[in-house]
Amino acid sequence: MASTHQIVTANRLRDGAVVYLTADGRWSETLACGALAEDKATAADLLAQAERSVTDRLVVGPYAFPVALAPEGPQPTQKREQIRAAGPTVHPQFGRDTGIARAAR
Amino acid sequence: MYRYDEFDHTLVAERVAQFRDQVNRRVAGALTEDEFKPLRLMNGLYLQLHAYMLRVAIPYGVLSATQMRRLAHIARTYDKGYGHFTTRQNIQYNWPNLEDVPDILEELAEVEMHAIQTSGNCIRNVTADQFAGVAADEFDDPRVYAEIIRQWSTLHPEFSFLPRKFKIAITGAPNDRAAVKVHDIGLRMVAGPDGAPGFEVIVGGGQGRTPMIGYVVRDYLPVPQLLAYLEAVLRVYNQLGRRDNLYKARIKILVHETGREEFTRLVEEEFAAMAGENPPALPGGELARIRAYFQPPAYADLPASTPELDLALAGNRTFARWVKTAVAEHKQPGYAIVTISLKPIGGIPGDASADEMDAVADLAERFGFGEIRVTHEQNLVLPDVPRQDLFALWQSLDAAGLATANVGLVSDIIACPGLDYCNLANARSIPIAQEISQRFADLDRQHDIGDLKVKISGCINACGHHHVGHIGILGVDRKGVEYYQVTLGGDATENAALGDITGPSFSGEAITDAVETIIATYIGHREDGERFLDTYRRIGMKPFKEALYAAH
Ligand code: SF4
Repeated sequence: MASTHQIVTANRLRDGAVVYLTADGRWSETLACGALAEDKATAADLLAQAERSVTDRLVVGPYAFPVALAPEGPQPTQKREQIRAAGPTVHPQFGRDTGIARAAR
Repeated sequence: MYRYDEFDHTLVAERVAQFRDQVNRRVAGALTEDEFKPLRLMNGLYLQLHAYMLRVAIPYGVLSATQMRRLAHIARTYDKGYGHFTTRQNIQYNWPNLEDVPDILEELAEVEMHAIQTSGNCIRNVTADQFAGVAADEFDDPRVYAEIIRQWSTLHPEFSFLPRKFKIAITGAPNDRAAVKVHDIGLRMVAGPDGAPGFEVIVGGGQGRTPMIGYVVRDYLPVPQLLAYLEAVLRVYNQLGRRDNLYKARIKILVHETGREEFTRLVEEEFAAMAGENPPALPGGELARIRAYFQPPAYADLPASTPELDLALAGNRTFARWVKTAVAEHKQPGYAIVTISLKPIGGIPGDASADEMDAVADLAERFGFGEIRVTHEQNLVLPDVPRQDLFALWQSLDAAGLATANVGLVSDIIACPGLDYCNLANARSIPIAQEISQRFADLDRQHDIGDLKVKISGCINACGHHHVGHIGILGVDRKGVEYYQVTLGGDATENAALGDITGPSFSGEAITDAVETIIATYIGHREDGERFLDTYRRIGMKPFKEALYAAH
C-alpha cells in the first residue's frame, strides 16, 4: 500500500542546497533528519512552519513530498526526490551519502 | 574578434552593481523571493534541483583564451571545478552560492563577459555557425551580423518583454551547422541577384512541446535592411503573439496558426510602413566598424601538407582517425579547423573541468590566434590550427584526455542536464548518454556506423534537441518512473526535419538496447555509402519499428 508519510523540503536561500525541515524547526541537509508527517494535518503544520523560514530568509520554495518507510529510514518514492536527496547521479563525488545514492542509480 | 565597446562596459558594470545590491537586499530581507526571482533570472541565475545555476553568455560561441581561463578560474573558485557547455553555446555553472554571484559577474565583466539575456522573454544570445569566419564553404562571415543583432537587441526597450523568449541563429554557409530552421528566426546568408550578400529569412521554427520547421518568409533580404526587417517580424509577433497561453506564446505558433502567406504579408506590410518612419537601416560606416572586429588574423603562407604530417597520417591509425572526425576544411590554405570533443567515452556531454578549460586555452594560443569556439553540439573548436601542427596538437590533446576521435559519431551525443540537475526535468539524460557512449565505446565500430547524431532531452522543452536528432531520445515520466520516447530521422541541417516517433517508450534499462537495435537495423539495410539518415529516408520507419517492437 502506498505510504502517506511526507517530509517537508526546500532549497536553502544562500546556496540553494536541498534541505529538510526537522521536528524542532531547524533545516538539515540529511533527509533522515527530516520530520515525518504521518498525515495531511501534520504535513500542513510543517509547511506552515516552513513558510516562517521563508519569511526569515532561510529557505526558498518549501513543499512536502511522499516517502516510504524502510528499515534504513524514510525513502523518497519519486525519482526527482531521490536525486535531490542524494545529489546528481552522474557526479557521485558531489553526492551525499544518504544510502539513497545507490537506490537512485 | 568580438570586443565589447564602451556601451557594453558601462552597461555591464551598472548591471553588476545593481545585482550586488539586489542580492544584498534579498539576503537582508528587503526583497522577497517573488520580487527577487525575476531579477536574478535577468542575470542568468536559476535555482535548480541542488543549487543555483548561473548561465553565462558566450555571444555566438566565440571565446578568447583569456576568457576561457577566466571561466576555468570561476569553476575552480566558486564552483566544484567544472562547467557545462550548452546547446545554446553558453556555459552553465551548477553550484554557485548566491552571495558569490555578484563577484562572479564582476570577474566575468573584467574579461568582457556577462550573463545578460540568458533568460527571460527577451531576444536571447544570438547563436551562429561555430566555424564562422573560417569555414571553407562560407559565403560571408555571420559573426558580423550576429554582433550587429546582439548590439541592437541588448536591452532593446521594445523587445524586452516579448510574449516569450526569442532565439535567433545565423549561418553564412550553405551547410547549416547552426540549426537555423529550428529557431524563432533563422538567417542564412545568400547572394542576391547582383551577387551582393543578403539573408534568407526563416521564421517560426522551434523545438519544445510543438516542434516546427521554420518557413522562409523572405528569399533574399539585402544586408542594409537586416535590422528593419527583424524589427518588423518582432513587431508583428509583439502585437499578435499569444500572451494568454504559455504553451502557445512562441512565434512558431503564431506563424503556423496565421499561415505562411498571411504572416509574410503582415511582416512585409509592417516593413513597408517602417520605411516611412526611419527604419534602423544599417549605415555602411557601422557595418565597416563591426566588420573590422572580425578581420581575419595574420595567416601565414603555410603548406597544406608536410612530409611529417603525411608520415603520421600513414603510420598512426589513432591519429588518422582523429583527423578524419575532428578536422574540417579551413578557407585559408595551410590551416585547419579542429573540433575538440567534449564527449569522452562514458563522460558527461559538454562538461569540462577547470584543468581542461585551461588546457584548451593554452592550446588555442599555441596552435592558433588564441581563439576558441563553443558548438551547439557541446564541443569546442580551435578555428585556426596550422595543418603542419596537427600531430603536435593531437598529442597535446591526447595528454589532456581531449582527443576522443568521435566528432559526428554515435558517441558524440547532445544531452541536456536532465533530472540530475534541472528543475523542469522528467527524466535523466546524462546517464543515458553515458550508457550509449559506453555501449559503443569501440571506435572501430563507431567509425563503421558513421555519421550519426543522437540527441537526448530530459523533458519536452527539448534543450537536448531530440526532435532533430537522427536518433532522438526524450525523457518522459510514467508514474514517477523514467521512460524514454524515441524519434528517428530528425535533422538539424539545411535539410531540416523533425523525427518520427517509433512507438511506445522504453524504460531506462531498455533504451540503450533499443538504440543498438536501431543501429543494427540500419547496418542491415544500408547501401554503399549511405549514412543512417539516408537509409532511414529510403526505407522509412517500418523496419525499425518491426525490429524494436518485434518481441512485444
Ligand atoms: S530539456 Fe527539460 S530537462 Fe533538459 S535542460 Fe531543458 S528543461 Fe531541463
